[in-house]
Amino acid sequence: MLVGLLIIVPLLASLLVFFTKGNTSRTVALGLSVIEFILSLVVLFQYKHNPTSADLVLNCTWIESLGIHFAISIDALSMLMVLLTTFLVPLIILSSFNSTYEKPNSFYGLILLMQMALVGVFTANDGFLFYVFWELALIPIYFICLLWGGENRGRITFKFFVYTLFGSLFMLVGLIYLYSHTGIETGIKSWAVTDLYQAGKSLNLHQQTFVFWFIFLAFGIKMPIFPLHTWQPDTYVNAPTQGTMLLSGIMLKMGTFGLIKWLMPVTPLALAEWAWLAIGLSVFGIFYASCIAIVQKDYKRLIAYSSIAHVGLIAAGILSANQQGIQGAVMQMLAHGVNVVGLFLIADILMRHTGTRELEKLGGIRNMNGNFAVLFLIVMLGSVALPLTNGFVGEFLLINGVYQYGEWVAAFAGLTVILGAVYMLRSYQAIMLGEKKDSAITFGSLEGSDKWVLYIICFVIVAFGVYPKPLNDLAEEGTKAILTYIK
Amino acid sequence: MKGLFIISGLGVLAMLAEIFKFKKLLYPLVLIGILAAYVTNFMEWNNNYNIEMFSNMMRFDNVALAFSGVILVTAFFWFILANDYFEQDHVTDHFALVLFALVGAVMLTGFSNMTTLFLGIEILSIPMYVLAASRKRDLASNEAGFKYLIMGSFASGFLLFGIALIYGATGSFDLMAIRSFISHAQGDLPAFFYAGVLMILIAMLFKVGAAPFHFWAPDVYEGAPTVITALMSTIVKTAAFAAFMRLFLVVFGGVNETWSMILAVVIALSLVVSNITAATQQSVKRMLAYSSISHAGFMLMAILANQRGMTSVSAILYYSLAYSVGSISAFTVLYNVSKSKHSLNIDAFNGLAKRHPLMAACMVIAMLSLAGIPVTAGFFAKYFVFSVLIGTSFKWLIVIAILTSAIGVYYYFKVIIAMYFKQEESEQEVTMETSHVFLLALTTLFTLALGIVPGYVIEIFS
Repeated sequence: MLVGLLIIVPLLASLLVFFTKGNTSRTVALGLSVIEFILSLVVLFQYKHNPTSADLVLNCTWIESLGIHFAISIDALSMLMVLLTTFLVPLIILSSFNSTYEKPNSFYGLILLMQMALVGVFTANDGFLFYVFWELALIPIYFICLLWGGENRGRITFKFFVYTLFGSLFMLVGLIYLYSHTGIETGIKSWAVTDLYQAGKSLNLHQQTFVFWFIFLAFGIKMPIFPLHTWQPDTYVNAPTQGTMLLSGIMLKMGTFGLIKWLMPVTPLALAEWAWLAIGLSVFGIFYASCIAIVQKDYKRLIAYSSIAHVGLIAAGILSANQQGIQGAVMQMLAHGVNVVGLFLIADILMRHTGTRELEKLGGIRNMNGNFAVLFLIVMLGSVALPLTNGFVGEFLLINGVYQYGEWVAAFAGLTVILGAVYMLRSYQAIMLGEKKDSAITFGSLEGSDKWVLYIICFVIVAFGVYPKPLNDLAEEGTKAILTYIK
Repeated sequence: MKGLFIISGLGVLAMLAEIFKFKKLLYPLVLIGILAAYVTNFMEWNNNYNIEMFSNMMRFDNVALAFSGVILVTAFFWFILANDYFEQDHVTDHFALVLFALVGAVMLTGFSNMTTLFLGIEILSIPMYVLAASRKRDLASNEAGFKYLIMGSFASGFLLFGIALIYGATGSFDLMAIRSFISHAQGDLPAFFYAGVLMILIAMLFKVGAAPFHFWAPDVYEGAPTVITALMSTIVKTAAFAAFMRLFLVVFGGVNETWSMILAVVIALSLVVSNITAATQQSVKRMLAYSSISHAGFMLMAILANQRGMTSVSAILYYSLAYSVGSISAFTVLYNVSKSKHSLNIDAFNGLAKRHPLMAACMVIAMLSLAGIPVTAGFFAKYFVFSVLIGTSFKWLIVIAILTSAIGVYYYFKVIIAMYFKQEESEQEVTMETSHVFLLALTTLFTLALGIVPGYVIEIFS
C-alpha cells in the first residue's frame, strides 16, 4: 500500500495546488514534493529492510475481462528511478523561485501531475498501465511547454507532441500484439509484465523483430536516439527551464528505463539479431550530437545536444545486454539526471543575470562571482565524468559493457568522453574565464534558492562520486534481475 | 421496446402541441419522456422475455437495448444542447421531426427483418433531410438538405435493390432465415446474392459516411444548423452502426470473404482521405465532419475484425458512446463560440482560455478524447478496436490507423493551440448559458469516467 501512496500523494498535491493562488502555489508545491521525497525514502528504507514486503506491491483489478490490473510494485530498478524523480522534482520547483510565471497554480499543478505519471511509469507492473502512465506524462509537459515556453512554442511543442505520440502508438500496437499471445496455455489473457515476457519468448524471430522495432520506436523517440532526435533541441531550448529539466532530467529516463524493463526481456531473439543496428544508431548519435554541440553558440542548445550524446551511450550500454552495460546505464541515468538539471539551472541563471546565453557575448564571470564559478565547475566536471564525480562510475561501466559487445564500437563510443570534455570545457572557458565582457558586469551574487539547488546538486555529485556503493548495489541487483529474463 | 412507444408518442404529442397550445410545456415534457424511455429501456435489460415483436419484425435483445441506451443518453444531452433551436419558428415541427428521427434510430438497433431495416432507415433519414434544410433563408442549409436528400435517396435505392436480390436468392426477409440459409448453402449461392450483399454494403457505407461514399458528408455537415450537425454525427451515426453491425456480423458473417477485403480498402481510404483533408480545414465544423468520417473508419475496423463472441460488438458500443459524448462536448463549445463570434473558423477560438477557462478546459478534454489520448474515453475506444483487429489478417490497417491518428492529433491540437496560445483580436465576449455549462460539465465528466472505468461498458454483455 505504501507504494500506492507514492502515486496518490503527487496526484492530490497537484489538485491542491490548482486551488491555490499567487506565491503560495510554489511554497505549497515545494512542501508537498518534499513530502513525496520523504515518502520515497520511507519506501527505500522498507525495501532495504524487506524487499518482498507487501507494502511494496499494489495490485487491484481495473478491467477484469481484459486482464488489466492496476499493478505497481517496487524493485531495485524502479526504486532508483523513483528516488531520482522524487529527488529532482523539489529541486526543479525550488529552482523556479526566481522566475515569475503567469498562473503559477497551473504551472506547479502540472509539474506535480507529471511527477505522478512519472512515478507511475517507473513502478507499473502491468503493460497497459505502463502505457497509460507513459501517455499521461506527455500531457502536462505539453501544456507546460505550450503555455510558458518561448517564441515559436506552438509549432515546436506540437512537433514534440506528435513525434512522441506517434512512437507511443506503435508501442501500443506492439504491446497489444504481445498481449494477444499471452495465456496460450491457460486461456486467460493478461497484461502482467511477467506474462508479457512469456508471450514475447513464445514468438519466433520474425514476430519478435516486429515487436522489437515497434516498441523501440517509442523509446528511441523519447530518449531520443539518432535519427529520431529532431524534436529535441528545439523543444529543450524553447521550453521554460523547469520544463526542460523535467524533460531531460526525468522524462528522458522513461525511454531508457523502458528499454531495460519493457523491451529487452520481451524480445531476446530480436535483440540478438538487431542489436548491431540499434547500437550503431546510438553510437553514431553520440558522435553526431557531440560534433554539433561543439559548434553551438547558445549554451542551452549546447546542453541539449550533449544530452543526446549522453543518452546515446546509455542506450548503447543497455543494448549490449551485459551486466556492466546495463548497470552502468542505470548509474549514468541517475548521474545524468542530476547533472543535467544543474546545467540547465546554470543556463537559466546566466540568462537571468546577464540577459543572454550566447557564448560569444559571455565571458569573465568568474571575476564577478567566484562562488558560482566553483559550483559551475563541479557540475561541469560531473557531466564530463571526471573520476570522483558521480558521472564517472556509470560512464566507466558503460564503456566497459560496450567493449564486451565489440571493441570497435567501444572505441567509437569512447569518443563521448573526449568530445564531451571538448564542448564542456570550451563552454566553461567561454562563459567563466577570460576577459570580463559587458554582459558579465551585471552578474551579482546568486539568489538564495538558486544557491541551495546548486549546493545540493554539487553535494550529490561529489558524494556519490566518492561513495557510489549504495546506488551501485541497487543497480547491480536490478540488472541481475533483468538479465535472468534476457538470458 | 417500450422506449420506442414512448418516443413515438412524444412525436405525436409534439404535433398536437400546436393545436392545443401547450408549446411551452413541450420542452420539459420531451426531456422527461426521453428519460422515461431510457428508464424503461434499462428495466428491460436481461428481462426481455418476449423479445420478438410484431411477428418477429423486431427483436430487442440486450445488444439492441445497449445501443438504444446509447442513443437515448445522447438524445438527452442533445436536447439540452439544442434548447434554443426550439425557440425559433416551427417549434412543434422541429420537435416532431427530431423525435421521429429518434424513433427510426431506435428501430435500427432492434430490427430483425429487412423490411424493418428499410423502414428504420427511412424514418431516420427523411426527418434528417428536412432538419438539415431547416434554416429556410440560409443558402448553405438549403443546399445541405437538398444534397442530403438526393444522395440519401440514391443510397436507399441501392439498399432496396440489395434487399430484393437477397430475397430472390433466399426467399426471406427475415434475418435469421437468411443467416441459416447462408450456412446451409455452404457456398452454393447464386451470384446475384453476392451482388445483393455488396449493394447493401454500399448503401450502409453511404449512411455511415465512409470514403469513397463520403462526399455528401462535409457539405451537409457544414450547411446544416450546428445542432443538427451534432445530431447527425452522434445519434444518426450510432444507429447506422448498430444496423451495419447487425447486418454484417450476424447475417452476412458467413460470407465475410465476399465483403471483408472491400471493407478493408474502404477503411484505409476513409482514414487517409478524411484525416488529410481535415488537416487543411479552416472551419472547425467542417473539420469535425471529416473527423467523423475518420471515426467511422475506426468503427468499421471493429466490424471488419468480425470476432466471435461479443468483443467486436462491445468495441463498437464503447466507441459509439465515447465518440457521441465527446462530439456533444465539442459541438456545445463550437455552438457557443460561433454564436458569440459569428464565425465557425478556428480563429474564433483564439484566446478562449483567457475568456472562458472552463469552456476551454472542457474543449481540451473533448479534443483529447477525439484524438485518443489516455485516460479519456477516446483512447479506450481506439484501444479496443486495435485489440480486436490484431488477431486478424488485417494488421496492416492498424499501421495505417496509427499514421493517420498522428495527422488527427494535428488538427485537434490546432484548436487547443488556438485557445491557449493565440491572442484574441476582437473584444467580443463569449458567453454560455447555465444549461450549457451544466451539459458541458456533465459530458466532460462522462468522458473522463468512461476512460477511468471502461469496464462497465465493455463488460456489459458478459
